Amino acid sequence: MGRKILFITTDQQRFDALGCNGGLIARTPNIDALAATGINYNRAHPQNVVCMPSRSTMITGQHVATHGVWMNGVPLPNDAPSVATTLHDAGYKTALIGKAHFEPFLDPFLRFVENQLANSGAHSLIEDGHLHRGFDHMESASHGGMGSFHYAQWLMKNHPEAVPMYYRVLDMSLQVSAEGGGDTGAPQAHINNISRELYHTDWVADRTIAWLDSLDADADWFCWVSFPDPHHPWDPPASETHRVNWRDLDLPAGYPQNRAEREAILDNKPAQWRKWYDGEFVSNYEAPLKWVPNTLTDDQVREVNALTHIENELIDEAVGRMMKRIDERGWGADTDILFSTDHGEFQGDFGLLFKGPYHVDSLMRVPLIWRPAPSAGIDPATVEAPVGHVSLASTFCHIAGLAQPGYVEAPRLPVNKNEATELGHERVLTEWDSVLFGKIVRLRSICRDGWVATACMPGSIHDGTEGELYNLANDPLQQTNLWSDPSQKSLRDDLLADMWDHLPTPDAVRRECDAPV
Amino acid sequence: MGTVRRHIFIDSPADEVWALVGDPARLHDWFPITSCEVVGNKRWINLASGLRFEEDIITLDHDLRRFQYSIVNNLIVKSHLGTVDVIPDGPTRCMVMYGTDIDPEPMGLIIIGAAGAGLEKLQEIFAAKKKSAKNGAK
Repeated sequence: MGRKILFITTDQQRFDALGCNGGLIARTPNIDALAATGINYNRAHPQNVVCMPSRSTMITGQHVATHGVWMNGVPLPNDAPSVATTLHDAGYKTALIGKAHFEPFLDPFLRFVENQLANSGAHSLIEDGHLHRGFDHMESASHGGMGSFHYAQWLMKNHPEAVPMYYRVLDMSLQVSAEGGGDTGAPQAHINNISRELYHTDWVADRTIAWLDSLDADADWFCWVSFPDPHHPWDPPASETHRVNWRDLDLPAGYPQNRAEREAILDNKPAQWRKWYDGEFVSNYEAPLKWVPNTLTDDQVREVNALTHIENELIDEAVGRMMKRIDERGWGADTDILFSTDHGEFQGDFGLLFKGPYHVDSLMRVPLIWRPAPSAGIDPATVEAPVGHVSLASTFCHIAGLAQPGYVEAPRLPVNKNEATELGHERVLTEWDSVLFGKIVRLRSICRDGWVATACMPGSIHDGTEGELYNLANDPLQQTNLWSDPSQKSLRDDLLADMWDHLPTPDAVRRECDAPV
Repeated sequence: MGTVRRHIFIDSPADEVWALVGDPARLHDWFPITSCEVVGNKRWINLASGLRFEEDIITLDHDLRRFQYSIVNNLIVKSHLGTVDVIPDGPTRCMVMYGTDIDPEPMGLIIIGAAGAGLEKLQEIFAAKKKSAKNGAK
């Protein structure tokens, strides 16, 4: 018997969502305990700040330029490398339960396997002799009760009355809905009368426990548990909203309350920031087209934060339930647990919500925790070195006692500061590309030595000379852009040269975008 | 209104490719749908998800090798014009171009994604046909 692997991801969760990372509102004792007994990475970045590219990095161990999923809507090829395949080939039982999103969601032609599986009620597909993505068992869920997901099919069949209780994510133009709700009219805030036991967070935990229960006691297994929350819509079960009263919340530190101050900060950043804030330039489907951020109110920021905290508490409790079951099965000492998210969320920072082409901590700094199997005898640690999701695939293989696969582009995660140096964790890179009906935004970022530098490549609103440069120690909220500061030019140029040296070269032919999301 | 376009080159004469592409009732032979029905200038297409689209055939020009259609009576689609052109590139090769102008925009990405898969299928069909003819000649 080898070490088992529970890989838990959330969707669109900030670094500071968790108590172990300084969060003061949501109670996350189960995840905090993982951090206290494991390795907590203080500077982990995704390789892209939207779902499909980021998740594709997790499963392939590759940067975006290599796996080619450069934007939501671009499907990961069926024959792309998958760490689940590597683990399955080594004898592991493999499952992905919850949000997959390696393939587009909006798929009326049912072209994509993830959607075909849900619609047919199947849980795996063998193509050319290989399991799709390497998973013995796939059981999908997303942010509501509609669409080609196992959860949606289950809800429709067993509790059809609950389906319309969720917020309707898309409007009749298939755009991300701007409709406001809750108490403050915040976009995508909604009072959801679904009972907690039917909510997708608990369903994902229930289905994970059911899959774990189906395994033999001596099985080695890899289970990716992928919670759709706290991604918008912000519609946790109404029965749980008593947990955090938005009226009691302070405004986030990243939300300058003075409008003039807020706008001055945005004006000191490249054009995509202020243009989106004023509703003049929406470059992607990551936020509602018809919502203008400069209409955001203090109370809306409070309510969105409160609803998010509630969703984070529900996730933590679901994590606790799964860990309890693992202990009951006698696997506790031999199970590695990794926790992360695909990208962050503004939650009011800079007067913004949602996400987009903005490479700052709100979206780029993600929780990443590795609680090694207690039987491995690895000491708890906090790692400050920059690491990325690109190291996850190597880490899973390392846990399983396998050699680093040839397809991955980064070493495994370090277990302490010394290993970070030995393994070469000096920098972490993040890419953004969006091309939407002629609106083009392309960013490349590096985080190294306590700095983040972002180059805006030529596009619809950038000529290739703009960018951002932040000192993370002096400016933890990234409100002072030093890109054009002459005294930082040499540092900036050094960071950018290092970034270009280490970014993989993409294929000459860019893959097509096949759906909005 | 969103405008999207895909194209592909096929190593077969334009007339041969047009014989398939220019037959509105054979759409399911190459486009990722389950079936279609044509009555006069109306076409109904059935998708694997169970959705059914009603279309008006606007242009079927065998000389220009152009087919144009419009999705109509649809809750989501407010306006639409789809155009498929088969353009000769010499006597033995052609380009098939699929364009869509549509409101709402996001629907354009979905349709053109399916069209991209359809164009690849067309290329496979004619490559297989050519291979089979070659083998038959031996």
